[in-house]
Amino acid sequence: MGRTLILMELDGRRVKRSSLHAVGFARRLGGDYVLLVIGHHLAEAATSLVGYGAETVLTADDPALAEPLADRYAQVVVEAARASRADVIVAAASTFSKDILPRAAALLDAAMLTDVVGLEPRDGQTVFNRPINAGSRIATVALEGPVRVLTVRASAFPVPDQAPAESPMGRLAVEADALPAGTRFVSRQQRTSTRPDLGEARVVVAGGRPLKDAATFEKLIGGLADVLGAAVGSTRAAVDAGMASNDLQIGQTGRVIAADLYIAAGISGSIQHLAGVKDCRVIVAINKDPEAPLVKAATYSLIGDLFQAVPELTEALKKRT
Amino acid sequence: MKILVTFKSVPENGAAEANTRVINPFDAIAVEEALRLRERGEAAEVAAVTIGEPAVEEQCRAALAMGADRCIRIDDARPLDPYAVARILKAVVDRESPGMVLMGKQAVDDDCGQTGQMLAGLLGWPQATFASRIALAAGRETAECTRETDAGLEVIEVRLPAVFTADLRLNEPRYVSLPGLVKARKKPIEVLTCAQLGVDARPRTALLAVAAPPQRAGGAVVASVDELVLKLREEAKVI
Repeated sequence: MGRTLILMELDGRRVKRSSLHAVGFARRLGGDYVLLVIGHHLAEAATSLVGYGAETVLTADDPALAEPLADRYAQVVVEAARASRADVIVAAASTFSKDILPRAAALLDAAMLTDVVGLEPRDGQTVFNRPINAGSRIATVALEGPVRVLTVRASAFPVPDQAPAESPMGRLAVEADALPAGTRFVSRQQRTSTRPDLGEARVVVAGGRPLKDAATFEKLIGGLADVLGAAVGSTRAAVDAGMASNDLQIGQTGRVIAADLYIAAGISGSIQHLAGVKDCRVIVAINKDPEAPLVKAATYSLIGDLFQAVPELTEALKKRT
Repeated sequence: MKILVTFKSVPENGAAEANTRVINPFDAIAVEEALRLRERGEAAEVAAVTIGEPAVEEQCRAALAMGADRCIRIDDARPLDPYAVARILKAVVDRESPGMVLMGKQAVDDDCGQTGQMLAGLLGWPQATFASRIALAAGRETAECTRETDAGLEVIEVRLPAVFTADLRLNEPRYVSLPGLVKARKKPIEVLTCAQLGVDARPRTALLAVAAPPQRAGGAVVASVDELVLKLREEAKVI
């Protein structure tokens, strides 16, 4: 059995819960696994990971790694893979892992698969499933070794329970002077919303183009989301119209969500949007068109005017609490 | 400075059953950005590159009609994976020595989103992925780039030469004009092979099967908000 190196993602000094889904993948794959955390001031993050059954929790901690610059992080991933003799490298799919792992794969002379949602044995090897054509088809793909690199959809692999046994910690020596120096971090737009992140939220409320403008969108969609403690999402058309920020776009080329409850108001459901929401457990569509694709795919549909239904739903849920 | 912009021919909307092929929409955004840089005087030449059989020359003509100065088609009909594509493009970059490589962040048919990062890794160049703004500094030794991440916008500065991958909101690609199409007929399409480039681009992934995903069971229409709340609470138990 081989060894999997799992790249973890941080949110500030804490490990993003979504990145723990890659541990679920590693357990399905078999063999042992090493958790890799890259950054600076990693004590809290590393300590939070000792209960997940890893062979080692490996940290690469240096001021030169304070920001996730792909050229530096990819080199650290390569060094960690070699030091730990890993033959599989994996991370939960996100803009973080999709920036870093393909670069690391090329440095390791390895091919890669993106957004893996399943694995199965075939002819003595493990092959992988991933969506293609905007999620309208699932491909079964073989990936040649000796080193294999993947990102996996968080929705497809559960976060494992914590075990009482503690993993040992290890440090990967970082030579700051030997890291690539062609990229410099300048700034990050500070997230002002107190709402949960789309990739982590249990409940997501989203609105489409019929919401008219940013103020109406915030009042109706934001208002309903806040009653439910939910994240807010949107469609490409609504983002293009300036109603919601770019990072709220759900779909094939935006965020893929797997919430317990997804409420979509005024969203007809293009194939690209459906590709981003079809793994949600319960989908509610509020739409005036009974023939809309999202209405057909939804668990519950309310046919009617969202300008009446959404405030009414918000009030009904307020009373409940 | 020369800009190399790469594009993939994909079925329209990335749909398996589509009959029409187009330039991958994210790559069209990359072509547009290259043209704008040239029109602002930041670049002298825009060379477009693609890989595929002779039929993809229709998309070569589209890139030329948008305004690319010339096109290179690597003649290869194999089902290539992103790492194979990156190795081919590395050889093209070695031959062309551009100051920037631009491409889309992902192709909408297979949604891999790996090629730009792999190419940057093979070249040892900086990368700026998911770009929604690219601004060259005076002297053109660096570029500042706004990136679209899951957490919002991030700004980085990369030293040139570098690889950039375009996100949706970098720009809106121009439509192909009739004069553009006429001009495109006279622009050169150079055809090269992997053998000529001296690159082994054997794919390391193999597509074994394609299946329909599990379909969601059709749902129920509720008559009122009260009924919806009741269903969510009692039946689905999600609130």
